[in-house]
Amino acid sequence: MLKEYMTVREIAGPLILVEGVEGAKYNELVEVEFPDGRVGLGNVLEVEEELVLIQSFEATSGLNVAGTKVRFTGRGLELPVSRDILGRVFDGLGRPIDDGPRIIPDMKLDINGNPINPYARDYPTDFIQTGISAIDGLNPLVRGQKLPIFSGAGLPHNRLAAQIARQAGVLGREEEFAVVFAAMGITFEEADFFIQEFRNTAAMERAVLFINLADDPAIERIATPRMALTAAEYLAFELDMHVLVILTDMTYYCEALREISAARKEVPGRRGYPGYMYTDLATIYERAGRIKGAKGSITQIPVLSMPDDDKTHPIPDLTGYITEGQIILSRDLHRRGVYPPIDVLPSLSRLKEKGIGPGKTREDHSPLSNQLFSAYARGKEAKELAVILGEAALSEEDKLFVQFSDAFEERFITQGEYENRTIEDTLSIGWELLKILPRSELKRVREEHIRKYMDGEAV
Amino acid sequence: MEGKGVVVKVAGPLVVARDLPDPKMYDLVKVGKDRLMGEIIELRGNLASIQVYEETAGLGPGDEVISTGEPLSVELGPGLLTSIYDGVQRPLDVIQARFGNYIARGVEVPGLSRERRWPFAPVAKRGDEVGPGDVLGTVPETEVITHKIMVPPGVQGRISEIREGEFTVDEVIAVVETPQGEVPLTMVQRWPVRRPRPYQRKVSPYEPLVTGQRVVDTFFPITKGGTACVPGPFGSGKTVLQHAIAKWANAQIVVFVGCGERGNEMTDVLLEFPELTDPYSGKPLMLRTVLIANTSNMPVAAREASVYTGITIAEYYRDMGYHVALQADSTSRWAEALREISGRLEEMPGEEGYPAYLGTRLASFYERAGRVVCLGSDMREGSVTAIGSVSPPGGDLSEPVTQATLRVVKVFWGLEDRLAFARHFPAINWLNSYSLYLDKVEEYWSAEVEMDYPELREEAMAILQREAELQEVVRLIGIEALSDQERMIMETAKSLREDFLQQNAFDDADAFTSLRKQYRLLRLILTYHRQAMKELEAGRPVEELIDLPVQEEIARAKFIPEEELERFDELEKRIVEQMSRRGTDVLA
Ligand SMILES: Nc1ncnc2c1ncn2[C@@H]1O[C@H](COP(=O)(O)OP(=O)(O)OP(=O)(O)O)[C@@H](O)[C@H]1O
Ligand SMILES: [Mg+2]
Repeated sequence: MLKEYMTVREIAGPLILVEGVEGAKYNELVEVEFPDGRVGLGNVLEVEEELVLIQSFEATSGLNVAGTKVRFTGRGLELPVSRDILGRVFDGLGRPIDDGPRIIPDMKLDINGNPINPYARDYPTDFIQTGISAIDGLNPLVRGQKLPIFSGAGLPHNRLAAQIARQAGVLGREEEFAVVFAAMGITFEEADFFIQEFRNTAAMERAVLFINLADDPAIERIATPRMALTAAEYLAFELDMHVLVILTDMTYYCEALREISAARKEVPGRRGYPGYMYTDLATIYERAGRIKGAKGSITQIPVLSMPDDDKTHPIPDLTGYITEGQIILSRDLHRRGVYPPIDVLPSLSRLKEKGIGPGKTREDHSPLSNQLFSAYARGKEAKELAVILGEAALSEEDKLFVQFSDAFEERFITQGEYENRTIEDTLSIGWELLKILPRSELKRVREEHIRKYMDGEAV
Repeated sequence: MEGKGVVVKVAGPLVVARDLPDPKMYDLVKVGKDRLMGEIIELRGNLASIQVYEETAGLGPGDEVISTGEPLSVELGPGLLTSIYDGVQRPLDVIQARFGNYIARGVEVPGLSRERRWPFAPVAKRGDEVGPGDVLGTVPETEVITHKIMVPPGVQGRISEIREGEFTVDEVIAVVETPQGEVPLTMVQRWPVRRPRPYQRKVSPYEPLVTGQRVVDTFFPITKGGTACVPGPFGSGKTVLQHAIAKWANAQIVVFVGCGERGNEMTDVLLEFPELTDPYSGKPLMLRTVLIANTSNMPVAAREASVYTGITIAEYYRDMGYHVALQADSTSRWAEALREISGRLEEMPGEEGYPAYLGTRLASFYERAGRVVCLGSDMREGSVTAIGSVSPPGGDLSEPVTQATLRVVKVFWGLEDRLAFARHFPAINWLNSYSLYLDKVEEYWSAEVEMDYPELREEAMAILQREAELQEVVRLIGIEALSDQERMIMETAKSLREDFLQQNAFDDADAFTSLRKQYRLLRLILTYHRQAMKELEAGRPVEELIDLPVQEEIARAKFIPEEELERFDELEKRIVEQMSRRGTDVLA
């Protein structure tokens, strides 16, 4: 029998202060029984000899000082797992919400996990073909990478994430893979879009969903990504699967973090977010990766909407400091009807160098992507100049670069939501577009590659 | 001196204990039944605040706390090289072998192996009078580094016994008779990480640390014993630059501290360094490298300690007379750890929540760098060069960590995302970066490389600065507003940027450039420029001087192998020929 206390002294926002408690431990899971009999979960944030500060995962409305019971469980928050979690839908705290049977656990895992020993890691090197040129060609995703999508309100990040989940695969290999999806604070429609998407593509049987919606308790979101990653670790490292984890929307997660910090009256960091947000986010994002000797892997695609489209806002900023690159969506491209509206210049995949090239994708991949980058950058720059000084101010060369950058957006970046391009397709479109430019300007690609891939000469 | 206290409060990495017997600031303690490592950081009445280096989940009031009575220390001796440690010197490879793929708690593993035997060859002999820093003998620690076993600070006397042969680090290899009695010495020294190791005196650094990175060595050089910082927003290239320096700098020892950054970046080093050969020794880079990895998801308190662990190890090799590069990526994460602990202590917050002592802590860290005359009677010199990344939120350099760092370091390599987006790497802004060692290094260049190196650098810098002004004009009025001379300056500046400043760290042929080749490359570009200016003077239009075939050769000159630098002579000749022959062609 768990020790039960009815000695709540204070309730403030999501925080509950209990006194006269003996033997409570830091980070311990607690059950909070509401006066109406409902039972919620909470977590010990701070313990002193007499006082325990608890963070509730449930909205605290309906709690009172006199009628609330608190029970200490002696363990951390856990997720029961078994192979049967595949195909199931859970709430943000890992409780089934799909009318399916109870999970008979293989094991129960602490959702906080432990940091991977850096020595145990294996470097991500397997190129994942997403079928999306702006990603595969220029900012390729690699198995075990954490590559977020920086988006903004109203931009099609969910459609893009779903397209990646649908199309992602490693070249020339059939391996067991799974998708773990965590929704934090998104609307019913958005979540339903994913669920339908998984159902329609029959991907549901290899998906695990954790859903915390906009009208679910905000503080529950603190646990949701950790639930998802615990499930992912189980699938990847116990069941040898390649797992793609989609976390959307991390912005709402961070807001929940801020809410708790504010309730604790901590000294706020930038824009009111707690000073430890970097470390906190790292304990989520660093759970991606590969482990030496393990067959499975975890690839993460966190999605976040940038408040005011501002990349320097603490949420995208700290995320960018932890993840291995970022895919940035552009409102401007979106307005012009470009899908996917990926702004390739500030986007980046840091693991690309080791994931592409001969034997992995193609020998010309890296130089070609550098050439496309710089030509597109130059074209865009010339375009800006033309806006100020007029077309006439451009040199003949610059005009060609402008033409190139338009064509690049139209034919390379733009593609259908259900269009799945092979990496060869992507690279040939790139070479095709380079024909617009004078050869002498193609300084980043080798002559032999030009002959082989642009002119189609047999070598 | 052992005794027990009891936990009264746990808040994240901070634990408060009561009734610890004889607690001293910075003493190491063991907390709870798992004996988690921690360090006393505040004393108030009978309460001691402890920062715990491991995850504190499951700790609670009533758990016991044991004091070791000793400050947090590292073990210094053979076996450091090629190791990978966490922030408090626990060997991560050993931990993985014993406890699996995740970091376990309460692990007690010594920093240096107790089983491994090292061949010790005495250089001192019985009867010698020795003092701190004197070399007793050597151990071939790796194929490239001879480890000197030194008399530890505080020991002075006559050698009464010294042994030759194979020993483990804790076996006695010599005995020194001191006025206080006999002192048995082993191959390991323990040293508290927060205390700088002693030396005879500092000398001011004069010799460049050649990093093989052109923009660094030629434009903003660092010296052996100098200090530098690399601030920049995420993705601007701090880590790639730090790794490049760790790989190619002519330091004899590299201590790389991954402080609150990515796990994969450490793996990258671990996988790459044993494969890469050091351009100086021809042997794998790992043989001269020590890694400290306290990644962002590992406990913050150990992150705070990691930079001290790193610099103490660096000082130890300096004491042997080596030139050591100590690199910390990123010092901002260290500062954030400091901020977090300070917040939990409820200290009065300063700017952006950082404690008021942030500046002094940073200063005293960088102060441990320098070139010194080491302890020991042979007056050998060694150095620690400290290079720290800074990760300013939003890339805003006015934030406290960047500002406090700039007050103490002598070299500033400012990375910019604007350059990174344009794939100009290293994305070091050449207009606002600086090196306060320039004068010293220029003297060295003139003596060791070529007399006119400083002059060339100055000319190149002036062209780049002029370009920035001219770009402004073009932006406002258009390219027609420029004179032929000015268009030539733009052309040369472009060549300087693309053919000299830009350097691809991932291209084997481009990753490293020797000082001599840097000089030749710079001279090549400026030969073109000077010749062009002459031709302009003689009335040739600028159109005839750009888009020449030779420019393409200049662009490819960075790939000329180090062994074939004489090819630059030919190239220079061709430039002059082509530019003047063109003229004759046109006339004819
Ligand atoms: N010298 C270089 N040559 C080629 N590419 C480079 C170079 N420097 C940086 N890059 C590119 O920039 C990317 C980001 O660099 P890096 O990881 O060093 O950034 P960072 O400043 O350390 O970012 P963070 O603060 O997030 O750690 C690299 O993955 C690489 O693609
Ligand atoms: Mg970095």
